[in-house]
Amino acid sequence: MQGFPILSLITFLPILGMVIILLIPGKKEDLIKWVTASATLLQLVLSIVLWQNFNFTSSGINDPASFQFVEKFRWIEIKGITEWLGTIKIDYFLGLDGLSMPMVLLTSLVCFLATFASWNIPRAVKGYFALYLLLDTGMMGSFLALDFFLFYIFWELMLLPMYFLIGIWGGPRKEYAAIKFFIYTLFGSVFMLLVMIGLYFSVYEVMPDGSKVFTFNMLQMMNPANYGADGILSPMNPSNLRLLAYIFLFMGFAIKVPMFPFHTWLPDAHVEAPTPISVILAGILLKLGTYGMLRISFPIFPEITQQLAYWIAVFGMINIIYGAFCAMAQKDFKKLIAYSSVSHMGYVLLGMASLTSQGMIGAVFQMFNHGTITAMLFLIVGVLYDRAHTRGLDEFGGLATTMPVYTGIVSIAFFAALGLPGLSGFISEAFVFLGAFSVDSIRVLTIISAAGILLTAAYMLWTMQRIFFGKLNEKWANLPEINKLEIFTLAPLAVVVILFGVYPSPMLDMMNTSLNKLVEVVGNAQVIYSNMSAIQF
Amino acid sequence: MNETLLLQLSAIILFLPLLGFVLLIFFGKRIPKAHAVENFLIFVGLVLSIIVAFGKISFFNDQKIVYEFQWLSFGNIPLIGYTGIKFGIMLDNVTVLMQFVVMLISFVVHLFSVKYMEGDLRYTRYFAYLGIFTFSMLGIVVTHNFLMMYIFWELVGLSSYLLIGFWFEKKSASDAAKKAFIVNRIGDIGFFLGILILYVNYRTFSFNEIFTQISLGNLPFGSSAWLTASGILIFCGAVGKSAQFPLHVWLPDAMEGPTPVSALIHAATMVAAGVYLIAKVFVMLTADALLVIAYIGAITAFISATIAITQNDIKKVLAYSTVSQLGYMIMALGVGAYTVAFFHLVTHAFFKACLFLGSGSVIHAMHHEQDIRYLGGLRKKMPYTYYTFLISTLAISGVPFTSGFLSKDGILGGTLAFANLTGYWLLPIIGFLVASLTAFYMFRLVILTFHGEARDRHKFEHAHESPATMVLPLAILAVLSIFIFYTPNPFNADAGWFTKWVKTPSTIVPQNQAFGFMIKESGEHSEDIVAHSLQYTEALHHAHSQAMYISLLVAGLGILFAFVIYQWRKISADNLAQKLKPLYNFSLNKWYFDELYDKTAVTFTIVLSRISAWFDAKIIDGIVDGTASLTRVSAFGTGKFDNVVIDGFVNFTAYFTGFFGLIFRRLQTGKVQTYLVMVLSGLVILFFILRSL
Repeated sequence: MQGFPILSLITFLPILGMVIILLIPGKKEDLIKWVTASATLLQLVLSIVLWQNFNFTSSGINDPASFQFVEKFRWIEIKGITEWLGTIKIDYFLGLDGLSMPMVLLTSLVCFLATFASWNIPRAVKGYFALYLLLDTGMMGSFLALDFFLFYIFWELMLLPMYFLIGIWGGPRKEYAAIKFFIYTLFGSVFMLLVMIGLYFSVYEVMPDGSKVFTFNMLQMMNPANYGADGILSPMNPSNLRLLAYIFLFMGFAIKVPMFPFHTWLPDAHVEAPTPISVILAGILLKLGTYGMLRISFPIFPEITQQLAYWIAVFGMINIIYGAFCAMAQKDFKKLIAYSSVSHMGYVLLGMASLTSQGMIGAVFQMFNHGTITAMLFLIVGVLYDRAHTRGLDEFGGLATTMPVYTGIVSIAFFAALGLPGLSGFISEAFVFLGAFSVDSIRVLTIISAAGILLTAAYMLWTMQRIFFGKLNEKWANLPEINKLEIFTLAPLAVVVILFGVYPSPMLDMMNTSLNKLVEVVGNAQVIYSNMSAIQF
Repeated sequence: MNETLLLQLSAIILFLPLLGFVLLIFFGKRIPKAHAVENFLIFVGLVLSIIVAFGKISFFNDQKIVYEFQWLSFGNIPLIGYTGIKFGIMLDNVTVLMQFVVMLISFVVHLFSVKYMEGDLRYTRYFAYLGIFTFSMLGIVVTHNFLMMYIFWELVGLSSYLLIGFWFEKKSASDAAKKAFIVNRIGDIGFFLGILILYVNYRTFSFNEIFTQISLGNLPFGSSAWLTASGILIFCGAVGKSAQFPLHVWLPDAMEGPTPVSALIHAATMVAAGVYLIAKVFVMLTADALLVIAYIGAITAFISATIAITQNDIKKVLAYSTVSQLGYMIMALGVGAYTVAFFHLVTHAFFKACLFLGSGSVIHAMHHEQDIRYLGGLRKKMPYTYYTFLISTLAISGVPFTSGFLSKDGILGGTLAFANLTGYWLLPIIGFLVASLTAFYMFRLVILTFHGEARDRHKFEHAHESPATMVLPLAILAVLSIFIFYTPNPFNADAGWFTKWVKTPSTIVPQNQAFGFMIKESGEHSEDIVAHSLQYTEALHHAHSQAMYISLLVAGLGILFAFVIYQWRKISADNLAQKLKPLYNFSLNKWYFDELYDKTAVTFTIVLSRISAWFDAKIIDGIVDGTASLTRVSAFGTGKFDNVVIDGFVNFTAYFTGFFGLIFRRLQTGKVQTYLVMVLSGLVILFFILRSL
């Protein structure tokens, strides 16, 4: 695999598909769809190839040498305009480690399946699939970029197609939802931009000729030795700017997660977005928030992470409990699922805030599992909405009689969501609890969070009952059973959910080494960074 | 016969029902007579379980046979090193006996269901669900660690959910299923937290490894309070699954499921899982934890017995009686009577399954009439059902020559001995009281159902004895309720094999945390076998005959009262109910537990969820939208400012310039004469100005 730019290929394959689609006349809708399907299928195949060739023992995280399939070359170089600015050098830098590998698999899987959920999109097929593929590239690139500037570009690249996909193909309040999503996320990005520039002016990369240049390279930012003493975000800087920068950066990511109290764009965006876009939004996009924290915030600011871990756990707990309570009160099926995402992402926050291996592994595994489970849930909502054109939970009843296959699939997804052992959600949640409970300071928070698994069971089973059990509502007696296309989108996810629920090792082995490394990086921070301050004074 | 073979057979027994489930769910429609496949698999499992039980007990009586494998790994954790989670199977005597009991009951219930469920819309799926239940239950039985225990524990909850809600068209059935799952989850959270305490301290889930650590004096977080806490938290799981107070409310509702399911899950096996769990962790329970367990058991036994005496639904009576008997077992474990607790679990499994299947036979015959006020006189119509039901009733009432007499007597003796040693006299008092109530309500049930005259003539006329495949299971279970299968001496269980096979393990908690009588005197016993001090053995011996006389007396009184009121009608039941109206209503309404929980916990949760949703939509999102509006308002403001003030100033300047332009334009007439005049005038003025300087 050496030398072959497989990561670039996997990232830009969708763009290639987009270009082809733009060249196809809009009337050839089927061709457009098949081009999209082929591009995403090829992407899925490539990500499986990556997985097969992935070295489990290579740690990554902050060590440039142990990243895999690395592609790095100078991308932008601007000669010094002024003395202090120096030469601007930006790298095109992609790499894979145990943190990004599961996310790459998730992205390609969900994008491929959501293509088929988009099959019957009502209008402007060409535009839809072109934007869809652009979105795919943005997400994949964000998971693979190791240069902060490049990361930022991919990050922003996702916004545009998402805005149009919600705003054009969405429900009745689509404009409101799309603008809310766009502005909210952009708001977070601005803070991220500030921190990025601050870091740029604090971190030197030593060139082969001994000269020092500022860099956007994330891995260099993780090495405290690369900070100049006078850098604005240098650990040696006695001010609290690093703390402030951390909070800014964290906010940018927290909006994406979404973390309480920045979560209210989510229910609106989900309810208005068309089914496949909801699937991508909840299945992949939300993961970028927590991924960003783990990839960028944690290793670049490890000492602040330790300092604030308690508060991250507090917000994780709030997400879990508050999200579950909000979900319980919803009358709209899709909104309920949207709030359940808020609740489930709380486990990710709690797990990573524990700064323990089990917690961290649980968190990343939960990201993957929530991606697959919630994708199922939104597809399920879509199946029902396409038939009944309503999502009011109280309007249904007794569907299990007429739609047994659909009910069976729904049961798998619902029980996975409520953490039934044997399905993947249980394992990640259990690991989160294992990790979080072992930390003295957040043990009480963990115990309170455990109530979340009760609340989830309550609203999930209540929903199940309201839609599927009881007397069949005559109004829906003729709803057709789930069709083959829909089964095709749901069944692979169900298989993944069951497989990793029974035998999670393939997934865990993939991320063990990297996440243990991350725990070590954050764990050692106190010693390293406090020594640096000692030199200063 | 070697260990590996036993382990392999146990694994096969475990996975056979799962195979059945998978086959029936995915190919049920394509296989003709799919249920027969499931029944065959269960039968094979039963045979194998008998082989395993004999092999284990004959050749490896006092050994624990363990097989384990690495299930997953966390890799090299910083500062700790390589860490992973192991799964495995552990066979000891309790395990193989339980495995056999589960397989036997499962098999007879499968057999019974063939006719009972005939014609049901989802006939095949019913057997598939029975399969996944059996698989999960066996998983609980053979596991060697807490995590697998928890996993199968929840899977059992799932199968219970599926089977209670099997007739989901009925709102009451789907309500009951949901309630069962959620109430169980409350207990399970406690169970899970208990496991977390142990894992965080010992970094393993394995029973043996954890127990070894504790016995070395390595306590969780270094304190015995945490050991007690973990014991009580694990017990929470049992409180849920075994329907103990205060989480007992789901079990009576669970009777919405098909009756054979009630026999299998909600009487004989699943609900006994809690007892089994406590037996598994018995050695690590401190005196405080045991006392909590004993009292919870006693309270449960009492509450449910008082409810059972007034219920009119045949299955509800049996359900409350199950709760009550489970309370007995839990109480027995709490007072350290380990062997008899498990003994009662086994005997109860048989006679209670028989009672439930018997009630199923009646319900089947009476076209789904379950109200005992409309039954009666069925003795002649259904002799097999009647006699098997009667034998089981004698057993549960503790009448001599039955298995129930032996095990119940053991429990009562255990509480009496415990009270003698520690002074907790309330426990045996409740025990005897409940024994009396049990005898009373069980005979009330028998008399109202089978004796006297038929009260619903129409249904009675059509009633008939059930077919052979339903009667055979009844017969098997009734026969197993006779003493001879357990001991040659009908008045002393210790003479039998059971107490030789199931021995109380010695406690591993620190000496000052255990009951004094549990401390074993050095050199008395070989390790791993027993447990108790001579003092306890003597107390137990002393209590045995006392307990037997008292229990005979109270059971006899209970039966007598039942006959006086319901058979001979010397006292009118209605008058009695009238006289004791408040008490009667209290009992009839199940102590108002459901109403209480509904008004408090359920309402509280729903109100809180509505408040959260309101807060989210109005306050949190209100702030977001407010910010947006504010931005728009200020944008509008700045827009106005821009338009009016800034641009106004610009325009004003232009206007100003224009204005003066207009004025000055007048001067620029374009006529040379005018310019000449102006230049001259200017020069004259300039001249005068300069002169004056």
